[in-house]
Amino acid sequence: MDRENDNVKEIVMPSLGADMAEGMLVEWLVKRGDSVKRGDIIAVIETQKGAIDMEVYYTGVISEILHEPVVTLPVGTVMARVELTEASDREVAATAAPQMDTTVPEIDTAPQMDTTVPEIDTAPQMDITVSEINTAPQIDTTSPQVVTAAGRGSVIASPIVRKVALEKRLDLTSIKGSGPLGAILLRDLPETTKEMRVSTSASKQLSGVTKSMRGAIAAAMTKSKNEIPHFYQSLDIELSNALAWLKKTNEDRSPELHILLLALLLKAVAKTLTKYPDLNGFYQANQFVHAEEIHIGNVISLRQGGLVVPAIHHVDKLSVDETMQAIRDISARGRNGHLRSSELTDASITITNMGERGTDSVFAVIYPPQVAIIGFGKIRKTPQLVDGELVNSEVMSVCLSADHRVIDGMLGAKFLNALSKQLQKPELL
Amino acid sequence: MNAQTLTYREALRAGIEQALEDDERVFLMGEDVGRYGGCYAVSKGLFDYYGEQRIIDTPLCESGFVGVGIGAALGGLRPIVEVMTVNFSLLAMDQIVNSAATLRHMSGGQFNIPVVIRMACGAGRQLAAQHSHSWENFYAHIPGLKVLSPATHSDARHMLGQALRDPDPVIIFEHVMLLNESGEVSELPEADMESALVRRQGDDLTLITYGGCLNKALAAANKLAELNISAEVVDLRCLRPLDTDTFLASVEKTHRAIIIDEGWKTCSLAGEISAIIMDQGFWTLDAPVKRLCTAEVPIPYPSHLEQAALPQVEQIVEMAQAIMEGR
Amino acid sequence: MKNHEIKAVLLTAIQEIAPEIALEDIDLDEDLRDECDLDSMDFLNYLIEIKKLTGVKITEKDYPKVNTFKKMLAHLEQNIA
Repeated sequence: MDRENDNVKEIVMPSLGADMAEGMLVEWLVKRGDSVKRGDIIAVIETQKGAIDMEVYYTGVISEILHEPVVTLPVGTVMARVELTEASDREVAATAAPQMDTTVPEIDTAPQMDTTVPEIDTAPQMDITVSEINTAPQIDTTSPQVVTAAGRGSVIASPIVRKVALEKRLDLTSIKGSGPLGAILLRDLPETTKEMRVSTSASKQLSGVTKSMRGAIAAAMTKSKNEIPHFYQSLDIELSNALAWLKKTNEDRSPELHILLLALLLKAVAKTLTKYPDLNGFYQANQFVHAEEIHIGNVISLRQGGLVVPAIHHVDKLSVDETMQAIRDISARGRNGHLRSSELTDASITITNMGERGTDSVFAVIYPPQVAIIGFGKIRKTPQLVDGELVNSEVMSVCLSADHRVIDGMLGAKFLNALSKQLQKPELL
Repeated sequence: MNAQTLTYREALRAGIEQALEDDERVFLMGEDVGRYGGCYAVSKGLFDYYGEQRIIDTPLCESGFVGVGIGAALGGLRPIVEVMTVNFSLLAMDQIVNSAATLRHMSGGQFNIPVVIRMACGAGRQLAAQHSHSWENFYAHIPGLKVLSPATHSDARHMLGQALRDPDPVIIFEHVMLLNESGEVSELPEADMESALVRRQGDDLTLITYGGCLNKALAAANKLAELNISAEVVDLRCLRPLDTDTFLASVEKTHRAIIIDEGWKTCSLAGEISAIIMDQGFWTLDAPVKRLCTAEVPIPYPSHLEQAALPQVEQIVEMAQAIMEGR
Repeated sequence: MKNHEIKAVLLTAIQEIAPEIALEDIDLDEDLRDECDLDSMDFLNYLIEIKKLTGVKITEKDYPKVNTFKKMLAHLEQNIA
């Protein structure tokens, strides 16, 4: 890996999922010489999960752009450099580790967090040795990866193929050409791209579950089940108080200010996690690392099938109204494809809630490298005995799927009971 | 639309007859067009019916009588000047290029030259090197001229009438190998004079051609269909101006093109069309544009050599296969 | 607004959330959430759209009055200024 001085930081192809080995740089939103600040969106990356807005974690000036779109790069590839302009950022850079993977104590160079070497190798083990870090994906500057419509670089393709590749954001370096000089011809393109007539907006909407999204989900879930010893616990939580509170609070509110139960659930989970931090973090390199912040991932189903799981940041620090606002925001952007890269990488725990369209209970699959996922079932009306009397009650089954390498049944049970308690006092959330 | 079946020759004659009927300013002039009935028998019988004022035998002097025709047009008549074959038009080149094509420009628009010049063209009759030319490209090069190439019987029947209505010089090329062929003639023109037509729909590649090669292209398309290659055939019909929209749209659809042109490849019409496709249709191409033209030799006299020099159906098929296979 | 205009507006609001739904797909007397497969977030967004397009604010206590297409149509007719 290139030695970088303290003043110049590398912007690398981020890992936006445990299973992600490469991403496609589709567009730069900045150019050399532009000033950027932490959090600015500087590029669009196409992954199996759709187009993601990539943020920059430094404040400074873009000093170099090393790759031009449209190009597929392995995770960890340096795509650009930024020269820091604030001393405080230099320190921040040294400690910032929003990506989930390589903050292993042995490394003392500023952890360029995105070198998810283990994911690239086929070995399912997540052992990271120092030597592996040092040989993190070298950027081979001679490799013919740059493909533009003008055809710079050594990919030979017919003009029509280039045009289709541009329109459909295909990576031509991954396609074998059957024409003269190895040129890629129309017939070499995957079937689905041969439809030249551009889709209408309707079919664009419906193309949400692409084969690659399905593939991404498959990869993540398979990895999870292969590696994480799941165990499951469920508890029925009484929600009468919470629902009554919601009803009262929402009574005269306009729909834009309406609070959903989900907001309360998120707040309750966040609050409970502050007391039980062992469920909030990452299992990597055979050990559990607590997450410093509580960022909760939310499973959002897309209308056309498939799902995205963006995180809401710092749920513990938000009010219920702010949490609701965040839910509204990520739902909208999750559906129209403008999620930010940090939303896809930062979750320290995930919840899944299908509400009224769900089932009584759901035992979900943990998203590695997280260690737990909480599934919320439908609200059920049941009679309960309270002080010897039958009363109407509304309950919901809450199911915790946990990583048995990190969490034991006792801890899980305590967590669920504590969560239940939080939900009895919605006004304190 | 009612259709008749006529030979190409009969269709041409019918066109001339209608022109003579419709407009008394129209007359036919050329070598042997009158008493002899035309060297290809196109104007057979017309002299007897229309008389020597309207069917005029000229001396054997192309530069002279083409000049006379231009003068007649300037004077308000509508002459159909028949040059026996394009081979002899060389002798009238100066008249055609420097008078007919340019007088309108040089007079600042004061004069139009509404002359129609018909010429037989092409090879296949063993008329050898000096009498087998395809010079559509020479004339298509000249601003001020319009150049037509009727490849079908309907076009042979109707293009003359359309040309006569044009106020500026029009050259019509009639391929000698078509004369005896029978075909259907539509009652009305198939399209306006300057349009190309898709004669056969296809999806895999476009065959672009004109004149005597149209039948070869269609025959090749049939053969290709048996090989599961769907060829679209575009008949250019008008060579100047070229109907670029039609063939560009076709190439946009099929992404591959072969141009079949009986002229020699060097500096051919095929080259011009290829450049247009490259310029305006580059991003639609999945293969380079190919040209099939006559071999770069003076046309041989012996039949087998003459045929070997000209574009043939088998060559079109083979070229198409090569493109489809990505060779 | 006239009835057919409100109908069009209502359909627009639904299609903002569920673009693939056409009028023929909806049973006008059935719960709209079921008919169009709307979750609670979708439903809220639909109400927000309606407020944006018609100015009519629908709160939780109104829900039983507006849970089908027909009922919503009637409610809007009564309440549009």
